[in-house]
Amino acid sequence: MDLFATIFVDGLIYAAWLFIVSVGLTLVFGVLNILNIAHGSLYAIGAYTSASMVGAYFGVGGDAFPWGSYVALIAAAILVALVMGPLLERGLLRFFYGRDEVLNVLVTYAVFLILEDAMKLIWGVNPYYVYEPYTLLGDVELGSLFYVGYDFAVIAIAIVVGLAVWMSLNRTRTGKVVLAVIHDPEMSRTMGVNVPRIYLGAFVAGAFLAALGGAVTAPMISVQPGLGVNVIIVAFAVVIIGGLGSIPGAAIGALMVGISRAASVHLLPEAELFIIYFVMAIVLMFRPEGLFAKTQARKI
Amino acid sequence: MKQTIRTICATLALATGLSAPAMAQDDTFKIGVITFLSGQAAESFGVPAWNGGQLLIDMLNEGGKLPAPYDKPGFGGMKIEAIVVDEAGGATKQVQEFRNLVQREQVDAVVGYVSSSDCLAVPPVADELKAFTILYDCGTPRVFEDNSFEYVFRTAAHATMDNVGLARYLKSRGFEVDSFAGLNQDYAWGQDSWADFTGAMAQLYSDATVKTALFPKFGAGQYGTEISALLREKPALIHSSNWGGDLQSFLLQATARGLHKRTQLALSAGDHVIPQLQDKMPDGIVLGARGVNGLLAKARGGDLQPLTDTLWDSYMERYGVIPVQAPFRMWQGLLGLKMAVEKAMDDNGGKKPTDEELAAAMKGLSWDAPSGRIEMALGGGHQAIQPTAIGVTKWNNETKMMELVDIEYFDARCVNPPEGMKSQDWLAQGFPGAQCD
Repeated sequence: MDLFATIFVDGLIYAAWLFIVSVGLTLVFGVLNILNIAHGSLYAIGAYTSASMVGAYFGVGGDAFPWGSYVALIAAAILVALVMGPLLERGLLRFFYGRDEVLNVLVTYAVFLILEDAMKLIWGVNPYYVYEPYTLLGDVELGSLFYVGYDFAVIAIAIVVGLAVWMSLNRTRTGKVVLAVIHDPEMSRTMGVNVPRIYLGAFVAGAFLAALGGAVTAPMISVQPGLGVNVIIVAFAVVIIGGLGSIPGAAIGALMVGISRAASVHLLPEAELFIIYFVMAIVLMFRPEGLFAKTQARKI
Repeated sequence: MKQTIRTICATLALATGLSAPAMAQDDTFKIGVITFLSGQAAESFGVPAWNGGQLLIDMLNEGGKLPAPYDKPGFGGMKIEAIVVDEAGGATKQVQEFRNLVQREQVDAVVGYVSSSDCLAVPPVADELKAFTILYDCGTPRVFEDNSFEYVFRTAAHATMDNVGLARYLKSRGFEVDSFAGLNQDYAWGQDSWADFTGAMAQLYSDATVKTALFPKFGAGQYGTEISALLREKPALIHSSNWGGDLQSFLLQATARGLHKRTQLALSAGDHVIPQLQDKMPDGIVLGARGVNGLLAKARGGDLQPLTDTLWDSYMERYGVIPVQAPFRMWQGLLGLKMAVEKAMDDNGGKKPTDEELAAAMKGLSWDAPSGRIEMALGGGHQAIQPTAIGVTKWNNETKMMELVDIEYFDARCVNPPEGMKSQDWLAQGFPGAQCD
């Protein structure tokens, strides 16, 4: 396969994974105005939960119908969102709405550290494997290279997630209410919008997307402590490039990071890490608010 | 008033005395063991090492459980008492933990450190405190090539051995390598391993070209792009010193894309993922274990087999899993400490040895371990050399166990530089003084 086609395919696969991980982060920031560092922990909990659930599925005779493991992956993400979303948003974050953004970063960082240790208490330090869903879809031959079919399924999931989030926000009544809350929560409240419910819904959706990222990643890797740290750093780079709070921005940011990283690995491997942050720096030089974030006037 | 002050002072003095750690006693030998109990290195190295350490300490305290000369109880009759400390947290924390062990816990010796950065940070403090210290695991050659220490010893060979052994194996077994590539973690271990491997290959396969050298970040997890690059480059061989979750993830993703069918994989330190991956690890991978450890030791035979079998069987019985490289290195460290303690006691009339006496006894010492004969032959008698071995993975469908076949064993002096020569100089000059008969 042509080098540039290989770079494009590799970049697309990586970008798809990045987008799934990042879109929840940008959604939570857009609605709640919270830069949620604990997003990385929710990703890791999604990976652990899906590893446990898929493992349990095959443990109770799932071999007879292995496709059911995909249902277990999605169910794990839903479970994490329904448990962790309300717990964090209602139990902690709501007390910090309207406070300084830096304080919220510190609060979510504290949550991140607590959850890292909580995961060790629950799942221990030994790795978990759920490779079965990774190989179920077979191989895809592109030119002289083989790809795993699962990688293309991740691209499909990213497209579905992107469209679903965009359509929900822009083509539904609830979405318009959410946009109203983003624009002006106080005015929305006076118009009868249940703002705390919107905040809760948005945070649960963000938690689901983080956990979904972890769940779809689990079959590809050895799930073990420390997963969340690496993810949150690169996810921040993506949403900062795209503009905090912008869904299309997250998509473009993921594509830029994915393809530039793939190009670097193929053409200049020494710069693999550098290139991601170089792209981010270039974007911020010309668009300090990111590619798609709207410039906002300071209120005071 | 004076009476009150005296009473308070007396109470405080009594309380301080009660809360202070027990003074070292002559009938116990207290060691501080530092290894990873959490974090990414815990599952691969730290926990198996400490499991092996606990097992050996229990067996030594009981006495008569190991073959001679290790059949006498404890260390020279003294009961061994261990305090284990988690190595996670970075070098600064470990220096503080080291001071705590020596000054507050008053341990008689410290045995520890998987991380090379900890192995570089702790020795100056050990010498400052005059505290006898054994580095049992870490790989960087720089500890004794760039420095010298009075109270610090490393009982395992440094990492140059792993990659020289790997290159020698390829040559000896007739692998045709006209080109090769590397995928190593982007930190000191990965960079140094790649430098050692390319240095050895330059001598043994002088016509081979390097197709690409990839250094994904530590903990990357996703290797799809790197695997595409390796598939496109079509090197005859891929070298990797990856370990732990990074190695497991790479193998899962690479085998799913058939990388192992198109090129020869050579893993310099990969034996420790066998218990986790089992049949998910493909056949035909050239594999090292940083010494004659794990399956490589089990298959060796010879005079050391009773000692190896003791470790193997007792570890399997207690933990239900095969011992990989980490417990072997812990055993060679603790058995070396036992020999040093008993040698020092022979010299001082049977008293509990001081740090100075221990250091004098350990310098240039040699002893048998399950991984082979350990000789403190480098770094002025402070750095060990040991034999190594390389094999090839093969799944046994009857036993449902991974095996290593086509194993080749290398003498310590064939794969380690001679005394007084730095590893990189030794490689660049074509292994002068190597004894490979």
